[in-house]
Amino acid sequence: MTTETAPFLATTAGSQPANDTPSYGSTHLRHPTQPLLRIPQTVTETTGPRFSPTQFAPMADLSVTGGKQAQGERIIVRGRVLDENDRPIPHTMIEIWQANAGGRYDHPGDQHDAPLDPHFHGGGRVFSDADGWYQFVTIKPGAYPWRNHHNAWRPNHIHYSLFGTGFGQRVITQMYFPGDPLLALDPVYLSVPDRAARERLVAAFDIDITAPEWALGYRFDFVLRGRNATPTEQG
Amino acid sequence: MPVATANQTIGPFWHLIEDPTWADLTRFGAEGEKIVLTGTVTDGGGNTVADAAVEIWQTSPEASETFPGFGRCRTDSTGSFRFMTLKPGPVAGLGNAQQAPHVAISIFARGLLKALTTRLYFQDEALNETDPVLSLIDNAARRGTLIAKKVSADTWRLDIRLQGGNETVFMDI
Repeated sequence: MTTETAPFLATTAGSQPANDTPSYGSTHLRHPTQPLLRIPQTVTETTGPRFSPTQFAPMADLSVTGGKQAQGERIIVRGRVLDENDRPIPHTMIEIWQANAGGRYDHPGDQHDAPLDPHFHGGGRVFSDADGWYQFVTIKPGAYPWRNHHNAWRPNHIHYSLFGTGFGQRVITQMYFPGDPLLALDPVYLSVPDRAARERLVAAFDIDITAPEWALGYRFDFVLRGRNATPTEQG
Repeated sequence: MPVATANQTIGPFWHLIEDPTWADLTRFGAEGEKIVLTGTVTDGGGNTVADAAVEIWQTSPEASETFPGFGRCRTDSTGSFRFMTLKPGPVAGLGNAQQAPHVAISIFARGLLKALTTRLYFQDEALNETDPVLSLIDNAARRGTLIAKKVSADTWRLDIRLQGGNETVFMDI
């Protein structure tokens, strides 16, 4: 066993994007130029906030707003939250947000010329169960243009935010869809140097998650940083 | 052994999950010394960063039913954030070390592919002199990028510079 305050494992080389990624233009003026300060992990880093479904109400069906169905292809997303020690992370909060089926966010900053859907907002929240499983229903988000370079389009993606069990375990990421031709052209996706780490951001179509006569299913697992074994760990 | 999932940018539209009340860590009825933490986030061109999510986490006072220890606040059109929280006390460090009162900060934004993490310390705390993290920074000006200035009876200010002159010290944890 590991304890709740054991330090987190070091990050595996190549598995995380670099702050300075020239192909993604917005990093240009926003990445630090000084080396990061390596600090020892104290209780500040090894512990983190707890969110309870009683205080933070789950919103597990993004496909219905105001009792009406959103436009687009309904999908089910299901998977597990694990850590690098292969242990499930139970009862942890997952925040979800995305564009609508036409590739438009219900956000004043999004000026893409695609229709808003009055029955799709695009924000959700679920909790993993006792074994780390989570599931939600949404519609497949559309691709949309952005101004990073000429004719730049973001691949279909869903944003996620997870807290895990400690400040050092926080992750914000994006899930992509299999077979998307835009992945090979997307600087955000390609910012992850290691190909295997990158490809784990792509969900898998799963016929067992697919609900007959109702919605396609996709499998997507999260892996949060593991913790070092404590000196007292045995077998 | 599986490797941790890669981070991807929070992007400019994260406000779809925003709850502005999260910026007030005293909203569940916490009692103690209430303080305001504020500041402005700027980039390497001196431009304000108006689309960031600033998150704070503190282990003192200990999180409870009335005090989440965690807050999130957007930067507004002027690049500013503003939290209401409780003033932290000293925090246990490694071994017998004691850490000065501090708040951990994560910055997420378009153009940041993963969080930038730093800490906020408080001006005029005696423990700052011996704090194990501040002591890792030899350059006094660099160290100063982590120390909030008291600007009124209950308000501390710490500006965050992502890049360039007086760049904030960011941390690898």
